[in-house]
Amino acid sequence: MRNSYPAWLYALIVVVVLGAGLYALPNLFPEDPSVQIGNPVTGEIDENIRDLMGTILGAQGVTPKQVDEQDDGQLLLRFETSDEQSLAAEILRNALDDNHTVALNLAPATPNWLRAINGQPMALGLDLRGGVHFLMEVDLDAVIGTAMERYTNELRGRMRDERLTFGTIERSSSDLTVMFANEENLAAAESWLTREYRGELEWEIRGSGETSRMVATLSDDHLTELRRQALQQNISTLRSRVDELGVAEPIIAQQGEHRIVVQLPGVQDTARAKEVLGATATLEFRLVSEAGDPMEADQTGRAPSGTRLYHERDGTPVLLQRQVMLTGDYITDASSGIAQDSGGPAVFINLDGQGARIFSRVTSDNVGRLMASVFIETTTETVEEDGEQVIRTSRSEEVINVARINEPLGRRFQISGLDTTREARNLALLLRAGALAAPMSIVEERTVGPSLGQENIDRGMQSVVIGFILVMIFMVLYYRAFGLIANVALALNLIFIVSVLSMLQATLTLPGIAGIVLTVGMAVDANVLIFERIREEIRNGLSPQAAISSGYDRAFTTIADANVTTLIAALVLFLFGTGPIKGFAITLSIGIIASMFTAIIVTRAIVNLTYGRQRRLTRLAI
Amino acid sequence: MLPHLNFAESNIDFLGKRKITIAISLVLIIISVALLATRGLNFGIDFTGGTLVEVGYPEAVELDTIRETLSAGGYAGAQVQTFGTSRDVLIRLPPSEDDDNPAMLSNRVLNALRDGGPADPDLRRVEFVGPAVGEELREQGGLAMIYALAGILIYVAVRFEWRFSIGSVLALVHDVLITLGIFSLLQMEFDLGVLAAVLAVIGYSLNDTIVVYDRIRENFRVLRKQGTEQVMNNAVNKTLARTIVTSMTTLLVLFSLAILGGAALQNFSIALIIGVIVGTYSSIFIAATAALLLGVDRQVLLPVKKEGAEEDQTP
Repeated sequence: MRNSYPAWLYALIVVVVLGAGLYALPNLFPEDPSVQIGNPVTGEIDENIRDLMGTILGAQGVTPKQVDEQDDGQLLLRFETSDEQSLAAEILRNALDDNHTVALNLAPATPNWLRAINGQPMALGLDLRGGVHFLMEVDLDAVIGTAMERYTNELRGRMRDERLTFGTIERSSSDLTVMFANEENLAAAESWLTREYRGELEWEIRGSGETSRMVATLSDDHLTELRRQALQQNISTLRSRVDELGVAEPIIAQQGEHRIVVQLPGVQDTARAKEVLGATATLEFRLVSEAGDPMEADQTGRAPSGTRLYHERDGTPVLLQRQVMLTGDYITDASSGIAQDSGGPAVFINLDGQGARIFSRVTSDNVGRLMASVFIETTTETVEEDGEQVIRTSRSEEVINVARINEPLGRRFQISGLDTTREARNLALLLRAGALAAPMSIVEERTVGPSLGQENIDRGMQSVVIGFILVMIFMVLYYRAFGLIANVALALNLIFIVSVLSMLQATLTLPGIAGIVLTVGMAVDANVLIFERIREEIRNGLSPQAAISSGYDRAFTTIADANVTTLIAALVLFLFGTGPIKGFAITLSIGIIASMFTAIIVTRAIVNLTYGRQRRLTRLAI
Repeated sequence: MLPHLNFAESNIDFLGKRKITIAISLVLIIISVALLATRGLNFGIDFTGGTLVEVGYPEAVELDTIRETLSAGGYAGAQVQTFGTSRDVLIRLPPSEDDDNPAMLSNRVLNALRDGGPADPDLRRVEFVGPAVGEELREQGGLAMIYALAGILIYVAVRFEWRFSIGSVLALVHDVLITLGIFSLLQMEFDLGVLAAVLAVIGYSLNDTIVVYDRIRENFRVLRKQGTEQVMNNAVNKTLARTIVTSMTTLLVLFSLAILGGAALQNFSIALIIGVIVGTYSSIFIAATAALLLGVDRQVLLPVKKEGAEEDQTP
């Protein structure tokens, strides 16, 4: 009796093994400390800036060893050492204007021929490379209130244009009510309202005679759509804010129905990241009311009609007109700097065409009057109320500056009155990056400092290597020649895991490394089952060739059953687990599947090639 | 060369000693359940919510100094301990109800340490879990365990027989309860990583149990003349070498992980070490016994093809 595989199977094994080796290869190359330069506004870096950077860096003696242009238009400057990298980043941050972002990055030094076949190293999780992970919860119920506010303003204008007679429009956080003086007016408006807002608002008629009114709530479909849009807008706003922070390879993604994951590799100043991500700051411009006494309003808490009571930063009360001159929505660009008149921190604001038209009209109508800039900040927090988790949104509105309108204001103007340059910088950033459609709060944070990340990689790798060597020694001592063959399978298994992780670009985390270590221990199980079976068959009197064949055959169903059940457990971990559990489940699953191939097919091929042709095989080194 | 472990010739009467082994397992399970009910698990902030800050100092620091600095900064509720080395300090803060901005707590604590502490610490790690997220993670973890057990129950029932599937799940519950019991006894921190380890124990222990069951099924076919108990004993003996060798290789890497993997993986690997040892015990002593007590015999596994002949076959 002989043991052999058909030639095509040997060929297939060689091809698969070489392929796996090829795609695992990029992980052997080190990473270059690099600086990534981007321009979120234009999306590319123009020639002048490139020349400028070259000159400045050259003058300071930090020349990049290689400059790559990336697909997203960013420039990647690779350096020899991380000292050069941080020096270059500092120089460039000072030299380039606000529109450019400068981020530190570790760029893989994958050779071009490997990159050409899509070979990439494994993506390392934040626990291994350092960085911040935030889970942000979006208060989607807030979109109802915002929508009601928008509809109220819109209805006032449009109903007037349609010459429909109505009283007042009142809104709450969940609905709005249009009052009518009598039923005839209501009847006249009803068909127009229901027709114009079909699919968006659902109307209900209440009261009669003088109390006739129509109450509108958002339709379910429209609410779902608004929530979806709000979440999308929040994601894109977060993206532009993160771009402004200058982070290389950030991840911003939806998780579940109302949460967003933000991962910022390499970020160290978590305080600033939190300020910028969670804040919803914007500006509003209002005229200072000429009627009424602010002091009196402050004491009684009652503002005269048409006005609202505000406070300046030092606590001075001020009465502003209820009507807004301009909201922050029209701002296209903002930068921080020093005010020309006072010398204090200031924000320079650019408006879009429509905003500029509105603003120049209202300011020219009111030359000589006082205008207030209102700084609005929304923060959210999760609190426990009667045992339930509730998100509470608090909105603070402060007058940061009151100035006389000396001449009509247009496209570009400055706002002063901020306390620190940091505040001015943050406000400019938030105005540039756009507003959030719904307030958000951080419900989970996981930050790993760079020193711990490196330590985690080193220790994780060390334990993989040592564990691996111990198992290999044990296998050779215990199964001799067959132990060596099992070790080849074990090494291949490791290469397979690395190569599949690299191909899928799945993220390797510390629990993922633990999964690999555990797989190393368990991957030999298949070989143990087979070899024990072969030993048993030999004891039962079978010839070595027959024992090999029967050992592999009989062990197969056991291995399959045992591995499928473990795979079920790993799959459940993957589906229900988050973060660390998922990383562990991925490597464990890949390891189990790979071990079926390496421990059964590859070892059998080696056994066949070694022993299969020997006609007079009398004993096996097992 | 190692002497060959030669369990194949062994013929230990595992099932004959089932009164003892069942008693041992029952006692362990009762103690574990009692511990879980009274002391409970020492849940980490993943499940309770709260803030954890790990800082590294250039040289060893006195924990009392850190505690004083924190109390002075208004964080009297902070729990302070060293982590790994005496230069590494772990600070835990319970979730606070009247904190306006709990996400910034870690930054405030860090500032307090930088301003008033003994030396300028290096931020190593921050974990903040909001109370709502903690509750969800707890629910998800429990669900994951239930789904994993249900999936296994179904697969084993399809591939073998329902008695085997109950038997294997019993063995798994046995392993998980005792592992959790030891965590409760030692009050070791139970976080997401340890939960992953417990779920991996389910996978591992099942693997072991299935190997034994597979051999029982095969033996019923091959050893036609022997009784149920003998057949099962033979299966456990025949798989004994494999059970022990695989546990040894797995334990080798787990010990390497526990000793060299650093503090972050310590509880994870300890949970797995306990689980693998208990799982090995259960696949040798409990899995086959459970199958026997649940009424597995030749007839259940190899039903007689001819209908109506069943009455004559009863032993």
